[in-house]
Amino acid sequence: MTHANWQSKIRNFCIIAHIDHGKSTMADRLLEYTGAVSQREMSEQLLDQMDLEKERGITIKLKAVRLKYQASDGNEYTLNLIDTPGHVDFTYEVSRSLAACEGALLIVDAAQGIEAQTLANVYLALEHDLEIIPVINKIDLPNADPERVKQEIEDVIGLDASDAILASAKTGEGTQEILEAIVNRIPAPQGSVDAPLRAMIFDSHFDSYKGAIPYFRVMEGKLEKGMEIKMMETGKIFEVNELGVFVPEMVLADSLSAGEVGFLAASIKNVADTQVGDTITGAKNPAAEPLPGYKKAVPMVYCGLYPVETNDYEDLKDALEKLKLNDASLYYEPETSNALGFGFRCGFLGLLHMEIIQERLEREYNLSLITTAPSVIYRITKTDGEVLYVDNPAHLPEPQAIEMIEEPYVKANIMVPSDFVGAVMELCQEKRGTFVTMDYMTPTRVSIEYAIPLSEIIFDFFDQLKSRTKGYASLDYELTGYQASKLVKLDILINGELVDALSCIVHQDNSYHRGRALVDKLRRLIPRQLFEVPIQAAIGNKVIARETVKALRKNVIDKCYGGDITRKKKLLEKQKEGKKRMKQLGNVEIPQEAFMAVLQIDD
Amino acid sequence: MSIGLYIHIPFCLKKCNYCDFISFPVSESKVDSYLDALEKEMELYRRELDSDDRVIDTLYLGGGTPTCLSGNSLRRVLEASRLFFNWLPDIEVTVEANPGTLDLPKLKLLRDEGVNRLSLGVQSFNPRHLVCMGRQHGVAEIREAVQMAREVGITNLSLDLIYGLPGQTLAQWQDTLEEALSLNPEHLSAYGLKIEEGTPWGELAARGKISPAGEDLARLMFDEVQKQCREKGYIHYEISNYAKPGYEARHNLRYWQTRPYLGLGVAAASYIDNKRWTNVSDINEYQQLLKQREKPVEEEIVLNLKDQMAETVILGLRTMEGVSLTDFKARYGKDLQAIFREETAKMISAGLLIIDNRHLKLSAMGLPIANIVFEAFV
Repeated sequence: MTHANWQSKIRNFCIIAHIDHGKSTMADRLLEYTGAVSQREMSEQLLDQMDLEKERGITIKLKAVRLKYQASDGNEYTLNLIDTPGHVDFTYEVSRSLAACEGALLIVDAAQGIEAQTLANVYLALEHDLEIIPVINKIDLPNADPERVKQEIEDVIGLDASDAILASAKTGEGTQEILEAIVNRIPAPQGSVDAPLRAMIFDSHFDSYKGAIPYFRVMEGKLEKGMEIKMMETGKIFEVNELGVFVPEMVLADSLSAGEVGFLAASIKNVADTQVGDTITGAKNPAAEPLPGYKKAVPMVYCGLYPVETNDYEDLKDALEKLKLNDASLYYEPETSNALGFGFRCGFLGLLHMEIIQERLEREYNLSLITTAPSVIYRITKTDGEVLYVDNPAHLPEPQAIEMIEEPYVKANIMVPSDFVGAVMELCQEKRGTFVTMDYMTPTRVSIEYAIPLSEIIFDFFDQLKSRTKGYASLDYELTGYQASKLVKLDILINGELVDALSCIVHQDNSYHRGRALVDKLRRLIPRQLFEVPIQAAIGNKVIARETVKALRKNVIDKCYGGDITRKKKLLEKQKEGKKRMKQLGNVEIPQEAFMAVLQIDD
Repeated sequence: MSIGLYIHIPFCLKKCNYCDFISFPVSESKVDSYLDALEKEMELYRRELDSDDRVIDTLYLGGGTPTCLSGNSLRRVLEASRLFFNWLPDIEVTVEANPGTLDLPKLKLLRDEGVNRLSLGVQSFNPRHLVCMGRQHGVAEIREAVQMAREVGITNLSLDLIYGLPGQTLAQWQDTLEEALSLNPEHLSAYGLKIEEGTPWGELAARGKISPAGEDLARLMFDEVQKQCREKGYIHYEISNYAKPGYEARHNLRYWQTRPYLGLGVAAASYIDNKRWTNVSDINEYQQLLKQREKPVEEEIVLNLKDQMAETVILGLRTMEGVSLTDFKARYGKDLQAIFREETAKMISAGLLIIDNRHLKLSAMGLPIANIVFEAFV
């Protein structure tokens, strides 16, 4: 078979869906139908590999699977399914996955309709000229309303939904039609096999034996085993020792050509050398230009991570190094806090990314951590004209030295049933948002756009949004740039000592309220000590709020007779353990949660 | 060396709303088969223990409500204990009792069987509180019980009280205390209420319906007990216990002085030869095991030297006399302050512990917050 013939039988596609709309189950059905996995082998939702992903029902790492499909036209087709992450933190990764495809299945829940995240990804797909096949999933549900959803797809996205496929990933209904549509509607990949090699990395993972393994789509040219390749962004050169595809288990190949999707191993020590969006070319006959669209992953949210036990510092450092091997977007550097000692300032793509890393550090590396409240990067112009970027509120210069503080803003797009428009607008106003526009996509669904400071989004915005709209609202946001704001640093003093790890940057108009709420929250989180402990909130030298943690008054086991001794001893041991997890600041013992208190205050 | 013997009687007229002890509604047939098992257990230990360890100088019948048993059943238990163990001539024999389960014949029988101390579960003198707690007696029955006990010649009477009840005010607690002390008992125990899971009050508290007194009020109530008892000539000898001079509960002192005791009956605990063990808490399992002549033991812990020393300190600090540094050295061959150097230094400098007359003891500041001290030593 000539390459042109082979290439014409390839279809590269991904699945766009909102969380819970059935993406993983649909992928499972496709794998099953094409015989890539038998039903028996099928552990629920094969594409989501990490435990954490399973628990949270989201896909963090992308994967690609090659399927063989015998189409009704009599030909055998090679279908590459490229999985995409479904969370707003990973928009860039999504865009790279989309760029590796010619088409996408748009899966919409037959009862729920389109959500903001789906819409954002459909727009991304349309930007990449992808052929979109609408699939209305979960039609077996009693409250399914496929006609309404079709109408919504036409009204909202402007796609012709008349030939949308009605499916149920649960029962398997519609699976064959989907496969036929992939073959018939998605174009075969273009790109000449004779051109110099250009392959785009859309994901990578770290294997402790083989090093960093990039996943890529060959756009042009041919990759062969033994070939010397060059990463165009970093300029680094490696020799390919292994080349292959996933079916879904690993199968080795001698070469992969234009249109194909696969992985390679080349003794790459660090995932930072396999950056998502980078172009792989040949070291000998390099392409003139890299593929368009590369962006360096930029952390948006920062927090301090400190070991509870000071001597766990090295362990934390090792753990971060290991995680970084697998996750090039994780950023960290050592920092010191007078309250917490030695730790790291870490940068994340978003709040979810931050939570995932924290959980992995605690779960997989068995570390007990203190996390400080997340912060964004502020741009400070000093009175002497110097411009600083500050990712830790404690490092803000003295107020007299500051000419201007700017903070990052996002364009937030919220989709919500029309009943909740008022609630959403109220929330956005509270969070210092500026109204941009509002569209009635259908008579009952509204898309609302606000400009909001990122720092407000990373507080409890998403939780608030969900609770005020009974879970119906969905959110998508993108960074738009910096804007000047009237911001001040709010300091917390415990027992008269400034606790740098509790400092936060707040808007001047909210500062009194936040200060009061924060000291009140801290009063409730910090247990009674041997003596009274004052907690103060201050702006500069001015104390704006004060609370007191009372001294212990009665804490004694009253009854201790023959049968109680073993039990009471266990109780005391447990209490002692609990205290070990607290941080000693001077004479005061502070629980870990206190350092996140600023996140938990109720407005 | 003699031991203390504890016998658990797991029956009550009705369980109180705050109680998480093992107890069942009393019925004659159940009591009979339980006492059968109890006698088998005594027999097992008579064979197993060295003759020295079968000598008892304190006996404590606890519950439940031992006095909800008939006179005959009570006699059976006491006589069995005499048969299988050797009572020392000056043995202290305590029976726990609830007002409303006593009459003169039963009290006379107890007295004739050698009972010389009665511990009366009174809890409160406020009629409304008694009802809320699910107690099966009123204030009148308390006075009656005390009077009858005196009438049959019980000269060592103890009253149990609970403070910090949901909604209880300091004034109400003062009244209860005054009433209790006006009956002139030789001994008084006063406990701050602890709401336990799995009790009716535990359920109510979990649903936010009730809560015990807060820390500040509980402290005022605790201070009040100490004040009134001191004024009336009682000695505060353990965190929750007060006695006229010479009337300290000898049996209970064993627990705090880490001296040996054997516990018989369902869920009872024992401490002999640096081993702590607990009986099974299921009454059927308890009886079944004894039918098969097996020890009904559920959990046994052998204490290593460090545990022994820590328990000696923690339990000893519960007594106001404290831990004798001389005795500690004699027992373990090492100085307490050498073994627990950091702990004692830290607690002394925090003002929670003091050394007085070669005893390590809680300071006035340490007493109400003694858990902080105990935690340092566990």
